[in-house]
Amino acid sequence: MAATQADLSAALVLTPVPPADWLVVLPVALPLLAGAVLTMLRRSVRLQAALAVPVLALVVLLDALLLAHVHGNGPVTMVMGRWLPPFGIAFTADLAGVLFALAAAVVALAGSVHALADIGDGERRYGFYPFLLLLVAGVTGAFLTGDVFNLYVWFEVLLISSFGLIVLGSEARQIDGAIRYAFLNLVATTLFLVATGYLYGLFGTLNMADIAVKAAERRADLPTMTLAALYLLAFGMKAAAFPVHFWLPASYHTPRVTVSALFAGLLTKVGVYALLRTLVMLFPVEREELSFVIALAGAATMLVGALGALGQSDIRRLLGYTVVSGIGVMLSGLALGSPGGVGGAIFYALHSMVVMTALYMAAGLAGRLSGTFDLNRLGGLHARSAFFSGLSLVLVFAVSGLPPFSGFWPKVMVTKAALDIGAWWLAAAILASGFLTTIAFARLFLLAWWRPAEGDLPAVEMPAGALLPLALLAVLALWFGLFPDALLSAVQSAAQGLADPSAYVRSVFPEVN
Amino acid sequence: MSTLILRTVAPFLTALMLLFSVFVLLRGHNEPGGGFIGGLIAASAFAVHGIANGVAAVRRALRFHPMAVSAFGLVLACLAGLLSVVFAVPFMTGLWIEPTVLGVTVPLSSVMLFDTGVYLVVVGAITSVALALEERDGD
Amino acid sequence: MELLFVLLVAVFFAAAVYLMLSKALVRMLLGTVLLANAVNLLLFASGRVLRAVPPIIPAGRDVPAALTANPLPQALILTAIVISFSFFAFLLVLVYRAWQDLGTDVANEMRIAEPEDEPAPPAGY
Repeated sequence: MAATQADLSAALVLTPVPPADWLVVLPVALPLLAGAVLTMLRRSVRLQAALAVPVLALVVLLDALLLAHVHGNGPVTMVMGRWLPPFGIAFTADLAGVLFALAAAVVALAGSVHALADIGDGERRYGFYPFLLLLVAGVTGAFLTGDVFNLYVWFEVLLISSFGLIVLGSEARQIDGAIRYAFLNLVATTLFLVATGYLYGLFGTLNMADIAVKAAERRADLPTMTLAALYLLAFGMKAAAFPVHFWLPASYHTPRVTVSALFAGLLTKVGVYALLRTLVMLFPVEREELSFVIALAGAATMLVGALGALGQSDIRRLLGYTVVSGIGVMLSGLALGSPGGVGGAIFYALHSMVVMTALYMAAGLAGRLSGTFDLNRLGGLHARSAFFSGLSLVLVFAVSGLPPFSGFWPKVMVTKAALDIGAWWLAAAILASGFLTTIAFARLFLLAWWRPAEGDLPAVEMPAGALLPLALLAVLALWFGLFPDALLSAVQSAAQGLADPSAYVRSVFPEVN
Repeated sequence: MSTLILRTVAPFLTALMLLFSVFVLLRGHNEPGGGFIGGLIAASAFAVHGIANGVAAVRRALRFHPMAVSAFGLVLACLAGLLSVVFAVPFMTGLWIEPTVLGVTVPLSSVMLFDTGVYLVVVGAITSVALALEERDGD
Repeated sequence: MELLFVLLVAVFFAAAVYLMLSKALVRMLLGTVLLANAVNLLLFASGRVLRAVPPIIPAGRDVPAALTANPLPQALILTAIVISFSFFAFLLVLVYRAWQDLGTDVANEMRIAEPEDEPAPPAGY
């Protein structure tokens, strides 16, 4: 450092950082560090889970503390390397981002516990837990970053770790699925990068708060519509929205079932979050203009997903289509854009993270207990274990959107928001897809659980460790169905925080307002 | 591939490239260079060694699995960032100490620690990919 | 100067899309490489092309001596190159494995994950 006395306060953060701000960075840095340490310790299979599970529990705790902090004090920002935004990369946690991050951490923790019973030593030696931790770092980073290019980097971190997870085991069908997954996701992230290049070319900045301010000022003379459309396509592909959803049902059933569960809970929701962040916060006017296209895509996604689920005999593929169907509801909420719509989309995303993960775990257990994933041959699971059957029934109701489970409230919010602006066809599509999903899952439950087994079930022990996370997630689904008040008000203020980012901007640029 | 000329030159070339990679890493402090490019040079050195003497020789010479080297680099980079917790400055702030060793001032910084981390990540990752592909070539 | 870049980017994108529409995985792989390079050029052009000195601050000064080239797009491109390289490495190994295990590099012939003759689910019980 040269000894000149230049005034650095214009470029650098010179005040000490309050310890609470570290909550923004630690949920990302901790899994990253732990993932790196576990990669070094790849040989010692025992240590892997013993280290990964507590670290993920700690990440859940940190995210919960961050949620409490953000709920009380508004968005929190920390810049990297003390450079002031927009020069330094900012990490900004607002309510929407933290809600997603907390749900992701809970899902990952459940997945890491489920893996104790499902993922064998071979896969652990290959690096299941390091990849899981890096995936969590990527996902959390994507939820908490306040910089568009940094969002791209976290997308890549989570994508590369998901590549590692999807080929875990190296069976021929996994390679087949991984090829579809990898190529199409690569195209999606490249589109995202193209859009980001244009964004930088237009605004000369990549900081989200800065863009939100500049877009509001200079919308009239910049081709922001192109940007919004590109982001819609890129993140729509990530989120598996119709008509770019085909990679998901082609690949999600191929990896280990714990990996499928984690993917269903974590990956597409990052796409949905990025859609909400860009289209609601950065380009609200453009979103308004695109809303009919988004609504059409949403309705088509819901119906195609639900119909696809009806036509599958492999229960894991059925679940893949159900993930797609849920994305449709979130897109509808995004298309509506009202606090009810966006809040409903956030609520549905959180619900879907928990419930789809749990359903994949249940499907994995069902497959393990009866030795097949084929609906034509499954049966007798209720007689096998009434507790497992009860948990599965909770999840079946929750995913169908029936009260009193967590899927009910977001659907009510989005449907009501649609009816409020007279979009009756969108409301009808939501209800119709809910109806079709109910049929698909009622049939699944009747056939696989209720129907007596044709022959004797294979004598497989019921793994208690695999039931524990399933029970935890099912309790969450029931809890937020019975007592939705806290979450309802949280998602509504999160939606308002996205629609009116002034608090977000103030947290990044405290001196402006 | 592995001719007599290459086998004779390879040890010198590898040693020279490794030395040069460290030079580039340290030069990256204030001038063009840095951990990334240095790591690439070092990885090329291992690749040359692998072409001349076989992949097994490189793995023996490295002692650790390349991915473990890479992970260690990531650990260093993370720690360089987390060092700022102690000083109440934002994550990844550059922190400097200038101890005097035998009358020579040696500027040390968390930036350099981070760059060394990047160096190791690149060396590990690229070497593991290169070695995997070279192994494939053989069979 | 920017116009030249725009034309070059357009050619790259066209070639990349053409290759990626192929059913042969190796061509798709080459398409992704071209696509990544197209985006890198685009990023470079979006930072404006200036005839300027490299963005390096000389010793003993706090600010650059003259107008420098924009360093940010270069940082972005470097990141993007690293990422696209790691993707390419992964996809290369994946395609190679697919060719070994599935015996084909044509996407349409890979039907293990989604078999053509999968039975319909039962209509009743």
